This record gives sequence, structure tokens and C-alpha cells, in this order.
Amino acid sequence: MATKQNELNGLAKVDPTAMAGPTQKKRFRLDIWSISAIVILITYVLFLVYPVGNLLKQSVFTETSGLTIENFTRFFSMSYYSGTLFNSFKVSITATVFALILGILLAYLFAMFEFRGKKLLRILIIIASMSAPFIGAYSWILLLGRSGLITRSLSNLFGIQMPDIYGFSGIVLVFSLQLFPLIFLYVNGAFKSIDQSILEAAEGMGVTGINRFFKVVLPLLMPTVLAGALLVFMRAFSDFGTPMLIGEGYRTFPVLIYTEFISEVGGDSAFASALAVIAIFIALTIFFLQQMVALKYSFSMNSLHPVRTKKVSGFKKVMVYVISYGVVFTAVLPQLYLVYTSFLNTSGMVFQPGYSLNSYREAFSRMGNSIINTIRIPLLAITIVVIFAVFISYLAVRRRNPLTATIDTLSMIPYIVPGTVLGIAFLTSYNTGVGGTGLLTITGTTFIMVVSLAVRRLPYTIRSSVAALHQISPSIEEAAQSLGSSKINTFFRITVPMMMPGIIAGAILSWITMISELSTSILLYTVNTRTVTVAIYTEVIRGNYGIAAALSTILMIFTVLSLLLFMKVSGKDEISL
Amino acid sequence: MSQISIKNAKKIFDETVVIPDLNVSIPEGSLFTLLGPSGCGKTTLLRMIAGFNSIEGGDFFFNENRINDQDPSRRNIGMVFQNYAIFPHLSVRENVEFGLKQRKLKKDEVRSRAEKYLRLIQMEEYMDRKPEQLSGGQQQRVALARALAINPDVLLMDEPLSNLDAKLRIDMRQAIREIQREVGITTVYVTHDQEEAMAISDQIAVMKGGVIQQVGKPKELYHRPANEFVATFIGRTNMLDAELDMVNGVPVITFENGYSLPMPKLTHIEPQNVRISIRPEDFNRVESVEETFGAVIKDSIYLGLNTEYMVELSNGKFIQVTEESSFDEDLNAGDIVNFKINPNKINVYNSEGTINLTEVR
Repeated sequence: MATKQNELNGLAKVDPTAMAGPTQKKRFRLDIWSISAIVILITYVLFLVYPVGNLLKQSVFTETSGLTIENFTRFFSMSYYSGTLFNSFKVSITATVFALILGILLAYLFAMFEFRGKKLLRILIIIASMSAPFIGAYSWILLLGRSGLITRSLSNLFGIQMPDIYGFSGIVLVFSLQLFPLIFLYVNGAFKSIDQSILEAAEGMGVTGINRFFKVVLPLLMPTVLAGALLVFMRAFSDFGTPMLIGEGYRTFPVLIYTEFISEVGGDSAFASALAVIAIFIALTIFFLQQMVALKYSFSMNSLHPVRTKKVSGFKKVMVYVISYGVVFTAVLPQLYLVYTSFLNTSGMVFQPGYSLNSYREAFSRMGNSIINTIRIPLLAITIVVIFAVFISYLAVRRRNPLTATIDTLSMIPYIVPGTVLGIAFLTSYNTGVGGTGLLTITGTTFIMVVSLAVRRLPYTIRSSVAALHQISPSIEEAAQSLGSSKINTFFRITVPMMMPGIIAGAILSWITMISELSTSILLYTVNTRTVTVAIYTEVIRGNYGIAAALSTILMIFTVLSLLLFMKVSGKDEISL
Repeated sequence: MSQISIKNAKKIFDETVVIPDLNVSIPEGSLFTLLGPSGCGKTTLLRMIAGFNSIEGGDFFFNENRINDQDPSRRNIGMVFQNYAIFPHLSVRENVEFGLKQRKLKKDEVRSRAEKYLRLIQMEEYMDRKPEQLSGGQQQRVALARALAINPDVLLMDEPLSNLDAKLRIDMRQAIREIQREVGITTVYVTHDQEEAMAISDQIAVMKGGVIQQVGKPKELYHRPANEFVATFIGRTNMLDAELDMVNGVPVITFENGYSLPMPKLTHIEPQNVRISIRPEDFNRVESVEETFGAVIKDSIYLGLNTEYMVELSNGKFIQVTEESSFDEDLNAGDIVNFKINPNKINVYNSEGTINLTEVR
């Protein structure tokens, strides 16, 4: 027995020569994964690396003077230009602070206290966050502008003069109200991972109320707050529609980029490119700063007993209702007012007495194709996004190698490239085809609109696909393989169906942001590819307030319908980011 | 059904040799368990058989058929995973039918075979449910049916019971044993739970550091462990230093406390320092002080069936002793007790603990 065992068990000393045997080498094989990786890489090179690289080149290289930094020195030496950067930081930081205060306050009330109508408020908050910021700006002008509804009523009734809404304060107002929902949604989700026992432990040690909020709750929310703050800051920093409409003389950096570029189309776009490069650089710096800070605060929590809401009474109860309903009402007020004005008789910028559907009639007859485009273009883009996101996330998670890691990194770049910048990059890079070859002369086509939307939205959908994929244990795929299913069959029959619910939910959210996208489309659109959002913007600029209001309402209906679809698909009545 | 032979298997992860050179042969139709602490390479070896881990050297055979370069989907294996790996978007029936459909069988054949195996695991009434409506134990039954339905050459099970609660684990291992016998399929079973391994296996390979320490029936592993690692890993034991000498032509082992024991079986072994493995239940407490060794009770734990004693020897070493408990027992800390040892029950190792001298012929 013993000798037989020794033979079997390999207990004897390892003989190095005995280990020689046929070794399975890792060869590069042309399977579905490597093919899809190569296709994706080529796509990214063509539609991201090339245009952004081209932008970089244009910013430092001119045909007259060769390699030069004159565009950058021009920007920094003239306060007319560099002042816009300061303005942008000022509005973005102020708006981020207000958004944080409002968002965290509201999330805290929702998590800690019991009150009626939470579900409705939550849906209203989501709707408020999903509209294009410039629409809010436009509506606030109608409400609080020089001849705005509230301004006039107050001065007629009480003789009160409202402070000026144009410029810094107006931009901050719009951004804060537009962006606090993001913080709210983030923090609301984070509250779910705080365990009730943590709060009780703090209470047991005598830390309660406000004290407990700052010493215990806020530090626990910190990672989420930082992530939300980054998103809000980036949005505020790169939005150009709002300052364009409500800023008047107060020029921010994206406004400068847009106007410089628009005024120089056809000529030398080097200066606008240099500005775009500065914007990318700033976004990159902020991104890494946030990552560094976030690293310091990173920890993981899981809660067995979610925080329980408390009943409140008396003065406290009144305060809870006033704050939560007040904030949400203020946030949706611009949307509601636009719906109202869309039914007014309008002549140019002046609302006439009486109600009618004239604005809608005009909107359909003059901007009908924009409504179709708003469905057609984002639908194409979202299809591409979903397909790419499924493959990229699968490659990045399950087939990690230098090639797929490169794709993973590339796909995240649009996350930090402002929409205006990507628009300029696209416009200047494909005018005469790739590298002036005439290949891919896509400027002015539906294709360029679809690609720009897809590229910008992919990072978000990829993240949600990666999250969905991480939920699937690799052993499920191995089980399928052990049952005789090939790798491709396993991918399409097992992996993709399992990822789908998460991806579809994320895709609907992406779809909503696509239909209200302005900063890239405004640069890339033509009469044939104009979307509703672009149409609203141009109609506002032209002073056709009736059509603008009608189109805004139509856009809002699209958004609400999409949200309802999202809730049906995901089976949740809330959105976590 | 197949016999599995593995010759000179070698596994390297990122330049770390996990399995240096492993040989094993798994008889046709047997339930063969790979047992060892975590990180011993048992799951790695199983996944090499399945094809989910690359093979850096050696040959793997199902009967005469070398499978090294075969894709897992072509090896005709059934696999059961620790986390069940049930397809959550498919019903119970669709889960079992999945593998059958890959084999391009006729529709009614797919149906009838799925039903046959669902009956075998007594889950036919849950056929149209979604996995999320099933308990962990039921999911694992479905996983077993799914693996068996394709008529695999070998069944591979990777810690299938680890995620189940203690009572269910015992029921399920019984069920697995019965079904395996009924189907008669060659099965490789991985676990870190030695009790589970003992209960279920025809043969067990104890692994450590990527090396098989011993292959044998459960009884052999317990009573004749090949080395000190196996002796301590399977069950509990006391390891004591002793000396092996020839006294009047008879081999005698002398413990550090002076107690000596003739070991006539070891006549062919050279005198040397040895390590002795004595299971806690193999100490016989006796009243006489003649040819016994004394010790002091330090602590006792009453466990119902047995009572366990922590006992200090005269050289200051502690040993564990187990005795069947009785109502009348009255041993307290500080009491002096005397033990005898049955020479047939103990195992004698060389001073490194690597060779069982009792087994050397």
C-alpha cells in the first residue's frame, strides 16, 4: 500500500527534469474578442484620439509660424480672455457649494424624517435634474428678468425692486437649482448604506442633532459628496447655454470658447483650439485632485438596518415641509411656468392675453423635423452606446490585456472633455475628412451627431455595464462552458441577458441626457439634423418665446415618459447614480 | 464514464509554482475527494481538469483521451460550483435543458432527459420556477441535475456544500453520495471540510502546498496517516517526541517523560529520534501505576457524548485526552491520572514527521 501511495502522491522530491512536458503557450488568437477589441480601438482612434489630437495640434501649430505657444500667451496676457476663466471658477465653485447645501439638506430630510409626498417630490427632483440648464435660465428670465412675471408683480403690488438676475447671480441661481438634484440623488443613495446602529451609537455617546450631522453623518457621506461635487462642478464649468442666455456681460470660459470659435469658423481656429486645450487641462486637473481627495476618504460600509425615518411634530414638522416642498417647487417652477406659457398667445417675445395651441401649431409646422430628429439621433446613438458598452465592459473585466486596458482608458476620456470642446474638435477634424484626405467627411451629417452623442455618453454606460458585469460570478459563465456551450454562445445566451436589465436602465437615463444635450449639438447641427434642444435654444435667441415654450414642454413630456419607462424597466421608483 | 489520470501536472500563476509535479489516478466510477487547507491547490487542480485553468506542464487523461488542449466546452464534464452558478434568468427546467440544447438533441429528448434528472433530485415540482424562488439547497440540487443531465464523463464538484447551513450540508452530502452511486459517475470532489470528505468519499487525496500528501480510503487516512501533516489535519492528534531504541532485540519507544512502549512492528527500523502521533481517544486511563505514565488534569470540557481533558505531562507538555463521558465521572483540575497506550493505535514518524515508520516495509 505504502509504496503504491508514494508512487501516486508525488511526495518524493521534485525532479526538475520530470516536469518538462508540453506547455500550453498563450498565443494571440483571432477570436471574437480580439476582433471586437480591434474594431473598438479603431473606432476610438478615428472618433476620439484623432479629433482631440487634432485639436492639440491646432493649438500649438500654425501654418504661418510653425510650432508656437502664441495662442496660449495671448489668452493669459489679456484679461479680456483670462478673466473668463476666473468667472467660470467663481460661478462653478459658488454653484457647487449651493448645490451641495441644498442637495445634502434635502437628502438628510428625506432620510431622517417621515413626511408625506416623498415619492412625488423625488420624481419632481429627477425631472428638474433631467432638463437642459439653459431652459431653466430662459424660464428664470421670464420669471425674474427685467420684465419678468415675478419682478413686475412685486413692483406693481408692493413697489419692491428685485435684485438683478442677469450675470453672476442668475448663473449661480440656475446652476444651483439645476444641479442640486444630482447631489440629492447621490447622497440619498449613500444614506442607504449607513446603518441605523451607527446613528444610535453616536446618540449613545451624547452626540445628537446638528452635532451628530457634522461629526458622524457628513464624514460617512464624504466619498459620495466628493463624487457628486466633482460631477456638479464639471457640469457647471462646462455648461455654456446658461451663461450665454442669462450672463449678459458676464462671460464665462465656455462662452468665450463658443464665441471665439463661431466667429472664427472658416478662418484660423487655432485660438479656439488653444482655449479647448486649456479647458481639457483644467478638467483633468480637477478630476485628479478629486481622485486624490476621494482616496483619503475612501472606505466601505454596508448596512443591515437602514436608517429609520422619524416622526416629527410642531415647529420642526413645519420646517421639514417648508424646506422640502419649497426647494423642490423652486426647482420645478421654471419647467411649470414654461408649460403654462406654451398655451399663451404669443407674438415674438410678448405674451398676449388668451390661451391657444398656436405655439404648438407653429412648433410642429416650423420645427417638426427637430422633433423627429430628437428621437432618431439619440436612438441611433443609444443603440451604438449599448452595443459598445456591452463589449467594452466585457473586454475590460473578463479579457483584461494591454489592448483592452487601452480601450478602457480611452473610453473614459470624454468624461473629462467638455461638450463644447468635443464639438469643436469634431467640427475642425472632419471638415475635409480625416487628415484632409476626404475620407469621413461627415461634417453636417446625422452620423457626426450620432457619433458625438455616443462618444460623450459611453463612459457612463460603460460604468453601469461594468457594475452589472461585476454582479455576475465568472463561475456562471464557466458553468455554461462546462455544459458544452462555446464562448460566443455563452456570451450571447448567458452573459448579455444577465447584464441587460442593468444596462437598459442605464441606457434610458443616457437617452434622457441625450435628448436634452446642447453644447455639442449646437456646434454640429445643420437644418436637417437640428434637435428639439437646439431648436429651443435658437428660438429663444431669436425671441420666438411661444415656440420655445411649446418645444420645451414637448421635451419635458419626452423626459417624463422616458422616466416612467425607466421606472417600469428597473422596477424602482427612484434613481441612484 | 472515465478513469482520470494526471501525470506530472504543473501549475504556475504569475511565476509562482502552485503545483510543482503532481501525479494521481482516479478510478472509474469512484467519488474521489481533494482535501486540504485553503491555498493547497485543490481547486486549482480541479479547474485544470475542467479546463478553466491553463496547464503549464504534464498530461491529463480521461481514459486514453488526452484533454490538455481541449476547450472546457468539449471535455464533456459536469461541474457543480460553490455558489451554485445557476442561470438566474432561466427557469429551473431551462437551466437543466441548457446543456442538452447545446448537444443538438431532439426537442422531446431534451424535455424527457431534463425531467428525468429533475425527478432524480426530487425537484420536478419546482420545474417552472425561477431560481430566485429557490433556497440555496434547492439551487444546488438543480445545479447537480444540470451537470448530470448532459451525461458527462466526469463530474467535478468545487466545494458544493460550503454555502449551505450545517444541517442542510449533511442532508445534501448524503443526497450527493446516493445520486453519485446510482449514476455511477467518476466524481472529483473538492472540499476543505475533512468530516465531509470522510463521509462522502471512496478515496481522498490530502493536499498541501500543491503536493498530494496521501491518497487513501477515509479509514486509512485516519488510522495510518502518511505523515505528520495528514495526522494533524485529519481529526485531532497529539504529537510527542520520543526515542526509538533496541532493547534486548525488541524495538522500544521511550517518551520524554520516561514512559516506554515496546513496538515489535518496528524491528526493521534503525534506532532514531521519532515523533509519535496519539489520538486523544487512544489514551486509556487506568487505575494501576505500573507501566503507565502519570499526568495532571488541568481543565476539562464536557461535551455530552465525550469529555475532553487538557492534561499536563511531567515534562510540562500539554496533551488532549478524550473519554466517553458518564454520569459518575468525577475528575477535576489537579487530579493525577495514569494512562496506558495501545501500540497498535499509534503512529510513529521520523524526526521530521515526513515518513510513517509504522508503514515502512
